[in-house]
Amino acid sequence: MGEVAIIGAGLHPFGRFGDKTAFEMGADAVELALADAGAEWSDVQCAFGGSWEVAQTDPLTGLLGLTGIPFMNVFNACATGAATIQQAANAIIAGDADVAVAVGMDKHPRGSFKMDPTLTNVPAWFGENGQFVTTKFFGMKINRYMHDHGISAATLAKVAAKNYRNGARNPKAFRRTAVSEEDILASPVLNHPLTQYMFCAPDEGAAALVLCRADLAHRYTDTPVFVEATAIRTRNYGAYEVNSPWAAVDEDVSPTVYASRAAFERAGIGPEDVGVIQLQDTDAGAEVIHMAENGFCADGEQEKLLADGATEIDGPMPINTDGGLIANGEPIGASGLRQIHELVLQLRGEAGERQVPGDPRVGYAQVYGAPGTAAVTILAR
Amino acid sequence: MQKALGDVFTWPADEPQLKGGRCRDCEAVTFPRQSRCPRCGHASMEEHLLPRRGTLVSWTTQGFPPVLPYAGDPTGASFEPFGVGLVQLGDQVRVESKLTESDPDVLAFGMTVELTVVPFYVDDEGDEIMTFEFAPVGDDRRS
Repeated sequence: MGEVAIIGAGLHPFGRFGDKTAFEMGADAVELALADAGAEWSDVQCAFGGSWEVAQTDPLTGLLGLTGIPFMNVFNACATGAATIQQAANAIIAGDADVAVAVGMDKHPRGSFKMDPTLTNVPAWFGENGQFVTTKFFGMKINRYMHDHGISAATLAKVAAKNYRNGARNPKAFRRTAVSEEDILASPVLNHPLTQYMFCAPDEGAAALVLCRADLAHRYTDTPVFVEATAIRTRNYGAYEVNSPWAAVDEDVSPTVYASRAAFERAGIGPEDVGVIQLQDTDAGAEVIHMAENGFCADGEQEKLLADGATEIDGPMPINTDGGLIANGEPIGASGLRQIHELVLQLRGEAGERQVPGDPRVGYAQVYGAPGTAAVTILAR
Repeated sequence: MQKALGDVFTWPADEPQLKGGRCRDCEAVTFPRQSRCPRCGHASMEEHLLPRRGTLVSWTTQGFPPVLPYAGDPTGASFEPFGVGLVQLGDQVRVESKLTESDPDVLAFGMTVELTVVPFYVDDEGDEIMTFEFAPVGDDRRS
């Protein structure tokens, strides 16, 4: 790829914002991204928006300017933000637009996600029986992974503590207070072995990017960040994924593994080339598993890597430098775009007190969600 | 009277079984039965009763009341944490199920479990809704 540049990134803070609507947050994020790009809404020739809670995102044009552009709605659950980036990049590659916007916004009620299982082709009894609970899947997956690969609960606590610590350095994070490993382990067990403070929470927020034909990026910025690869994969037969009543005996790997391989192949680089990493940390265990599923280590190596601080901001493989989902929460439509916003700041050297040292050149983002959909985006400056 | 949750296990029965589906073309097994095969895509699934015993591939606990459409008490007032497992039934299929056991010190990878049908809740018409769970058996059963 490399034919598409990100010229602007905007982030509405994540958290709780009273009566402020998802649309108002989304409009703020687009305005921030446009200002960052030095562009106007009238420069934008198409847009892709994603959200769980609003019926459609294109009414945003009523707040940004009724310019008549094509504005498509994209939804892939937790992979929604990554899907908006891929679609915006592809629209530019296809010649449909020189400048495109990707935007995500959400405003979730408190508590875990609620929905009618039949709306995702899961039988009603599964929900009535108390099994339509995403967190339980994550508990089951990490419990088996810890058993198979020698990962301790202390390592899960280290992951969560690191993300809260990074969140404390991020003025736009939801959780901005460091939490000790002891307090994380002592918080109530939600789904063994995962405790409350090891999980992210649904919340509110918005994020947006302005993308542009790479050869035109110089008109807007001296610091373009190029989209090197995007890849989205659904589950293969044999994968055991979230919100499924069954799995095949012949195990296959998670869709993350396929998306990661495809993205690295397209970008023509490997995990060793990546300088800053964003992984889906729905819970601390997910971050541990995703380190291996994305090729950054072998299964089981996380125990030592975390003990050595390898994933800290100043470590050799910095992960979730803005606090990830654990410190930012998950407004679903915006979450994947928040990851990219952070990578853009890091690659430009503008991440302030959470800046990764050594001028990272390549950034990597992965999202994963129901019903087993993963996306990977690779950026480079 | 007693009623079964969904239509996914044989009931009433002395030895209840889960109602799975099996593809006539590629032999893939699913739970519950579905109209089309998730492996080959053919509309060739027939009902296939699943083995009653299996082994625990993984497990966790549900430590908080599930949100709606949970049919148990979602207020949490009478909620008791329960175990959840991924159970492999022979070499056929793995099913996700509630477990009768929720103690992490008792639950173990590879333990033998067996299908059981238990009372779940009483509906608005006064009927007792029954659900399925897997219970540790034999040497794996602890008091």
